[in-house]
Amino acid sequence: MTTMNAVLAAGGPELHPQAAEGVQSVAWLLIALPLAGAAILLLSGRRTDKWGHLLGTAMSLGAFVVGVLAFFQMLGQHADGRSRLVHLFPFISAGSLKVDMNLLVDPLSISFVLLITGVGSLIHIYSIGYMSHDPDRRRFFAYLNLFVAAMLLLVLADNYVGLYIGWEGVGLASYLLIGFWQHKPSAATAAKKAFIVNRVGDFGLSVAIMVMFATFGSLSYQDVFGQASQASQGTITAIGLLLLLGACGKSAQLPLQSWLLDAMEGPTPVSALIHAATMVTAGVYLIVRSHAIYELSPDARLLVTIVGVATLLAGAIIGCAKDDIKKALAGSTMSQIGYMVLAAGLGRPGYVFAIAHLIAHGFFKAGMFLGAGSVMHAMNDDVNMRKFGGLRKVMPITFATFGLGYLAIIGFPGLSGWWTKDGIIDAAFEKGGTSGQILGWLALIGAGITAYYMSRLMFMTFFGEPRWDEDVHPHESPKVMTVPLILLAIGSVAGGAFLILGDRFAKFLAPVVGEPEASHRLITPYTAIVFALMVVGVGLAYVQYLRRPVPRTAPAGNPAVTFARKDLYGDALNESLLMRPGQWLTRLTVFFDNRGVDGVVNGLAAFIGGTSGRVRRVQTGFVRSYALSMFVGAALVVGALFLVRI
Amino acid sequence: MSTVYMAAGDIPTPHIEYGRLAPVLIVLGAACVGVLVEALAPRAQRYGLQVLVSVVGLVAAFAWTIALGIGDQPHHVAAMGAVGVDGPTLFIQGTILVLALMSMLLIAERTNGDSPFTAQASTVPGSPEERESLVAGLVQTEIYPLVLFAVGGMLIFPAANDLLTMFVALEVMSLPLYLLCGLARRRRLLSQEAAVKYFLLGAFSSAFFLYGTALLYGFAGSVRLSDIAAAISKQGGTEPLLLAGVALLSVGLLFKMGAAPFQAWKPDVYQGAPTALTALMASCTLVAAVGGVLRVFYVGLETLRWDWRPMMWAVAILTMLVGAIVAITQTDVKRMLAYSSIAHGGFLLTGVIATNKAGLSSTLFYLAAYGFTTVGAFAVITMVRDAGGEAGHLSRWAGLGKRQPLVAGTFAFFLLAFAGIPLTSGFTGKFAVFQAAMAGGAMPLVIVGVVSSAIAAFFYVRVIVLMFFSEPLADGPSVAFSPTTAAAVAVGAFVTLVLGVIPGPALHLAQSAANQLFVR
Repeated sequence: MTTMNAVLAAGGPELHPQAAEGVQSVAWLLIALPLAGAAILLLSGRRTDKWGHLLGTAMSLGAFVVGVLAFFQMLGQHADGRSRLVHLFPFISAGSLKVDMNLLVDPLSISFVLLITGVGSLIHIYSIGYMSHDPDRRRFFAYLNLFVAAMLLLVLADNYVGLYIGWEGVGLASYLLIGFWQHKPSAATAAKKAFIVNRVGDFGLSVAIMVMFATFGSLSYQDVFGQASQASQGTITAIGLLLLLGACGKSAQLPLQSWLLDAMEGPTPVSALIHAATMVTAGVYLIVRSHAIYELSPDARLLVTIVGVATLLAGAIIGCAKDDIKKALAGSTMSQIGYMVLAAGLGRPGYVFAIAHLIAHGFFKAGMFLGAGSVMHAMNDDVNMRKFGGLRKVMPITFATFGLGYLAIIGFPGLSGWWTKDGIIDAAFEKGGTSGQILGWLALIGAGITAYYMSRLMFMTFFGEPRWDEDVHPHESPKVMTVPLILLAIGSVAGGAFLILGDRFAKFLAPVVGEPEASHRLITPYTAIVFALMVVGVGLAYVQYLRRPVPRTAPAGNPAVTFARKDLYGDALNESLLMRPGQWLTRLTVFFDNRGVDGVVNGLAAFIGGTSGRVRRVQTGFVRSYALSMFVGAALVVGALFLVRI
Repeated sequence: MSTVYMAAGDIPTPHIEYGRLAPVLIVLGAACVGVLVEALAPRAQRYGLQVLVSVVGLVAAFAWTIALGIGDQPHHVAAMGAVGVDGPTLFIQGTILVLALMSMLLIAERTNGDSPFTAQASTVPGSPEERESLVAGLVQTEIYPLVLFAVGGMLIFPAANDLLTMFVALEVMSLPLYLLCGLARRRRLLSQEAAVKYFLLGAFSSAFFLYGTALLYGFAGSVRLSDIAAAISKQGGTEPLLLAGVALLSVGLLFKMGAAPFQAWKPDVYQGAPTALTALMASCTLVAAVGGVLRVFYVGLETLRWDWRPMMWAVAILTMLVGAIVAITQTDVKRMLAYSSIAHGGFLLTGVIATNKAGLSSTLFYLAAYGFTTVGAFAVITMVRDAGGEAGHLSRWAGLGKRQPLVAGTFAFFLLAFAGIPLTSGFTGKFAVFQAAMAGGAMPLVIVGVVSSAIAAFFYVRVIVLMFFSEPLADGPSVAFSPTTAAAVAVGAFVTLVLGVIPGPALHLAQSAANQLFVR
């Protein structure tokens, strides 16, 4: 008890969760329901085509209900007792490696559970309409359910092995869904690219897990974090950097960002759920969950912030140059996750804003992606914004909901993004020192660019003169699609204030990530600067894309524009640094395999075959020669026994 | 009168523990009933009666064996020390009985009323009499008592605690088999040739066995294994009489196992014999032979192990390599499996040589695992038929996987088990014997074992490739389905899978059987 008090007094997390009761004790249902949905839909084949999408949606909604009940039960518990363990089964017992499959229901995981199941359910509902004409709608819902199950396992596991299984599970679901339209070679390639780039990150995560096992002899959060302070600084930093590599892969942070833009080949609900709201934020979850490691390693933390800032700028710059509405949003996603990673790297005040921004972003970005899907629906699946324009009149609901998301992301005062993003910028300056100043100013500039590219997107799509193709007749989407848009828009508007006002979320998360030193200041000197930069960004976009007509074909830009259009030459870099040398290495090994290994193997095989052919002739079929061979054999056996005697 | 003899102490009345010997007695009794059926029952009813008697006899004996295994502990010798009823023996006997039951399913198989055995063995192949007997629909139902006698011999062989009992068991087991080998319905000349070869070479090896027994009697003054062991400890193992006796006895035993260089009979006999009988020989006879080897080397010659180990090492290595290498160039499925069986004999010897509890238990497990896979594999062979009987030549199996995916898939599964691929019983068995051999310090043996497994994998996989990746023949073989054969295949596949996926219970059973070692 004294140790626990000491831990609490230090503001650290509570390390000894109690056993779960009530609804929380059946938290496994959260994972089991969507998993069962996926299994039923995948195994039953075309028989479930008629109602498969309804089952998938029901499973997701069911998980949401369980999540909400567990959440309210948690609210009824004392702040010290909100971390609850659900014991499931002993998973691995091999030598000294023992992993129990337990679920950890605590404020951090329940926040994710509500986001995943809540936004996930809305996107399930939206997809009923969006995918209604697709012959493979059942398969689509099966994959969505699979994703929800894996993502919930990722956030609910109480150990790194469970997290890793979920991590790989969402990777698989992401692969399957990016490549959902396999008939498109571009989709298949994008799926492969996402998978391969993620392997690099997963490699980091798996090595981190191995180092943890070697160091601590256990992989449960409780043991690892409890013993973290006893490990050497070098080990902790190594673990932190390896975890960061994992986070970079999954969250599309530099230098593993290249897959996210291509991943937009998948159906738009997938982009909204997996590649905006939930899966890509898993890296942020990983860092915040492992905060006990990062708090012991300033070096690892610094690198986290650098990665975050670099990515938030890179994503914003890419977002400025894209004419493809989904790719512009994808660049924005990269950028916003960069903010979250930055916040997660800043330490205790940042964790709350990282997760708060993550949740707010989950709402407004999912809303905007679904809005983009609604626009594409209206525009015959065209994604080129240069052929949009003036849609606000024909699609009022989509316009309104998208507009609210837009205001939220650019940080319009009072909306979600303003609360959470300003908090991150503020926390960066709070860090103090030169690094704090640099991070803070770069984050500020990023906010300005965000305002510019999002306004550009907004103006090109919804304002100005229509530049539609002739056979396009835009119309508002059906209710099954607009209702989720409206619900997400409500979240975009109110989510931030709800979480930040009165330090509500900070207090809620305190048992996990610790109490921030001071209460959050709502208005800081930087608030005005952020607002000013936002106005500048919007104004610039207004001048460029609303005052002047937008050309239907993209004008040849200057080198800077080309740089941004080519995703900052990320692919070129990967190709020259990794792909080409990899191909050379492959050729070399193939050469060696053909000439060296095959030669030896074939020679050996020929030798054994030849021996076989020769020995076979001894088998003459004459019983007299068999008898002779037996006699000789018997003589040899007798001789051998006597030989041993000598 | 008898009291006079008793008082004189000349011939004591032997005390027989009928309860402990019951499994053997039931099987032999059933065989005798079979003979009576043959003599008394009308021709039309013999087939049904014989199958009934055989199955009931085998099942009853198996049930009794289980009862003995559970209830009769600690184990003792029986029949004045002539027979040992102990854990390993009961495990072996139980295995033999189940495998015999499975083989019986193949032997009793009838597709369109055709038995795999000849209608009348006494007719000359190709003669008018043969044709008449076929047309008359005669059935050689004597095979059932013969099989039961052979099984009875197999049950005694690993239990025999003295060399003379063992010799009698050897003959009881072998003589019916010689006869049965010549009773194939098709390709009768090949079958009869196999029978004669088996008989001649078997008689030759029996002579070795008997000569070895005589020499050991000369050394120890007794044929009892425990007495021989005692004599070796007392006198030290320097006597030429002892060494020559051990060598010749080993020759007799190794011949039955088909270990190199005494393997020559195996391919010819396995190919020529009716496949149902090959299944019986490849499973039950091998189990019995290895059981006998285990008892002789663990009980009688255990103290002499430093002398016989080098020789047995050489035999094991040669056996594994010869089996694996020569199998590569075989073109007949049954011959290929015969060589595979030789190689597996070598793997079994690595477990025998370990002479410790782990070696014993892993050998027992291997025997059971291999037995089920073998019966299943031969059962599949009986199903794949051409116009002239079974499609023996490998080229006829090309593309079978495309026309008969289930049959070919099951056969492929058995082949993978032979090759020792994980998730099959073959892997578990090999792993267990190699582990035991390594613990016993026989690293070179293990290396040779693994290398020959790799060589062997080639010809197993080649058959799989042939079945699944070749174009089917236009006039390819068809699959003759019969419920009994299918049952044997299913049981074989099921056990092969279970022992591969959850081997724990079976390994535990083998361990507890081996726990007390052999009684003396």
